Amino acid sequence: MDLFEYQARDLFEKHGVPVLQGRIADTPEEAEAAAAAIGGTVVVKAQVKTGGRGKAGGVKVAHSPIEARQKAEEILGLDIKGHVVNRLMIAEGAKIAQEFYFSVLLDRSNRTFLSLCSVEGGVEIEQLAVERPDALAKIPVSAVTGIDKTMAIEIAKAGRFPDELIDSVSDVIVKLYEVFVKEDATLVEVNPLVLTEDGQILALDGKITLDENADFRHERDDMERDALDPLEAKAKAMDLNYVKLDGEVGIIGNGAGLVMSTLDVVAYAGEANGGVKPANFLDIGGGASAEVMAAGLDVILNDPQVKSVFVNVFGGITACDAVANGIVGALNTLGAKASKPLVVRLDGNNVEEGRAILKEFNHPLVALADTMDGGANTAAELANR
Amino acid sequence: MAIFLNSDSKIIVQGMTGAEGMKHTQRMLAGGSNIVGGVNPRKAGETVEVEGKLLPVFGSVADAISATGANVSVIFVPPAFAKAAIVEAIDAWIPLAVAITEGIPVHDSASAWAYNVEKGLKTRLIGPNCPGIISPGQSNAGITPWNITGQGPIGLVSKSGTLTYQMMFELRDIGFTTGIGIGGDPVIGTTHIDALEAFENDPETKAIVLIGEIGGDSEEKAAEYISKHVTKPVVAYVAGFTAPEGKTMGHAGAIVSGSAGTAQGKKEAFEAVGVKVGKTPSETAALMRDIIANL
Repeated sequence: MDLFEYQARDLFEKHGVPVLQGRIADTPEEAEAAAAAIGGTVVVKAQVKTGGRGKAGGVKVAHSPIEARQKAEEILGLDIKGHVVNRLMIAEGAKIAQEFYFSVLLDRSNRTFLSLCSVEGGVEIEQLAVERPDALAKIPVSAVTGIDKTMAIEIAKAGRFPDELIDSVSDVIVKLYEVFVKEDATLVEVNPLVLTEDGQILALDGKITLDENADFRHERDDMERDALDPLEAKAKAMDLNYVKLDGEVGIIGNGAGLVMSTLDVVAYAGEANGGVKPANFLDIGGGASAEVMAAGLDVILNDPQVKSVFVNVFGGITACDAVANGIVGALNTLGAKASKPLVVRLDGNNVEEGRAILKEFNHPLVALADTMDGGANTAAELANR
Repeated sequence: MAIFLNSDSKIIVQGMTGAEGMKHTQRMLAGGSNIVGGVNPRKAGETVEVEGKLLPVFGSVADAISATGANVSVIFVPPAFAKAAIVEAIDAWIPLAVAITEGIPVHDSASAWAYNVEKGLKTRLIGPNCPGIISPGQSNAGITPWNITGQGPIGLVSKSGTLTYQMMFELRDIGFTTGIGIGGDPVIGTTHIDALEAFENDPETKAIVLIGEIGGDSEEKAAEYISKHVTKPVVAYVAGFTAPEGKTMGHAGAIVSGSAGTAQGKKEAFEAVGVKVGKTPSETAALMRDIIANL
């Protein structure tokens, strides 16, 4: 989960990383009040999870609370690369002498952590990495020993910080690593890390990505999350692993890999059927009980874009007769709400029993498919009618 | 022959007395796996009867090894305690640890892996978040349905559980030496390359199916490895062509970020080194049939 800038700022502050004052504001009035509370020059910053905010007019300086209110009026509601601005951060202004870069992240490819550091900050880091790779130090970090003061000094030196800044910068690096570990982040990035005219090192803007698998050991229930699509919100409330996509064929399957594969096979089938595409990703997991099947079908059938549904289950641990009973139970529960054709492909454990149950059920909207590819074709044809 | 797991494997189950651990201990036993005990510090000294077999519960992996000679541990411990369980297995120098648990925080798997490296990689870790490893007719350490396929000449390595089942089922008349689900998490123990290397060295394995999915660069690295080190025929399948950027598709590791980790990129990497990539799982199975028919 990517955090908003203000959330990253708050986590920095929590772990002792030096930051400037920042307050959130959802209305021009709140922006004015926040600017008055902070005092002096402030920066009004759009809280959207995309780069290029400044160029899009989402970051503006205000020299008074009234001006902050005016800037807030201009920025709220802006569409920045598809992200509508609903929230602002009013940040204390700073006199910047120099801008630097630091990040620490999960290096999946090498199964370790990696820190990136450069005395040349404030630019697009991808650009720096390509144009001047020697200016960007890449230092592997052991997940066992982490970044202590000695390691932080090594990183700051590799990033070519001048001697007089090594001590203060390495202090901040140690604290940023603490954010990375204690918050279960997969990315902590500060760009820019700045030196102010009065000699302070500050994290001026930050990006944090948190590992949702670690939610159980954090208090994150009240944290602002991305606004979900209404169907995604409904699925989440029912504990379903659902992602809304932009097509016409609803998909239900078991196991992440098989469902991803089902989306692909439906998309191929769609090429010959008017370009229909998968409408969603929905993994009902190993269990595939009647309740979960009913909940899944309920979400998918509520998607107005959906014209047909492809249920693709491989009975590995789950037996196909249990899945078939799940489908029967789901259709009985949904009654008239089940109004779109359903193509069901079952294979694996107890497949004959499963198919027999569905044949006997003889629901007018349910068609059985022998193979995954065949089922995808039928579902695509039905969606293209 | 088979790789990493065979009829001599003696298996213990960490978390055997939990619901998932017990269910799958039963299944593994029913499929003929040689389970010799379980580990649960709170139930040390007890005995549990599973499928008519009396299984001792030990307080630690080390105790279980010294009492039974176990050389494989299957881990069903819940996410919050999984890191400690893996580290315990590593400390006990168990040769093979199979972590089934889904939803382990990536800091935990990264530090468990770093710990394993620091300790000299005495333990082969498979997973986490995987179906485990099966050598049909010999042993099954994990949750793969034991009767899904028979023994045969194909080796399989896959990021996905259900796609593994699908592929084994489609090719069950030909059969497999070993099937390994390496898991779809960002940090895993055994990689595609590790399995490729072992299959290449296994005389019984005649051809290899590799299943990948979006995210990371394991498939790209595997393609490079194949071009340099694998002489046996390999066919591949990659899932996730239609996955949009930035959306996690079920597995914690299945996410396309920027231009990295796309299914298209992985497919091209395989094709560039002469590995055929099936458009669907069935087409991939058909490619394997052709290879086996022409051996």
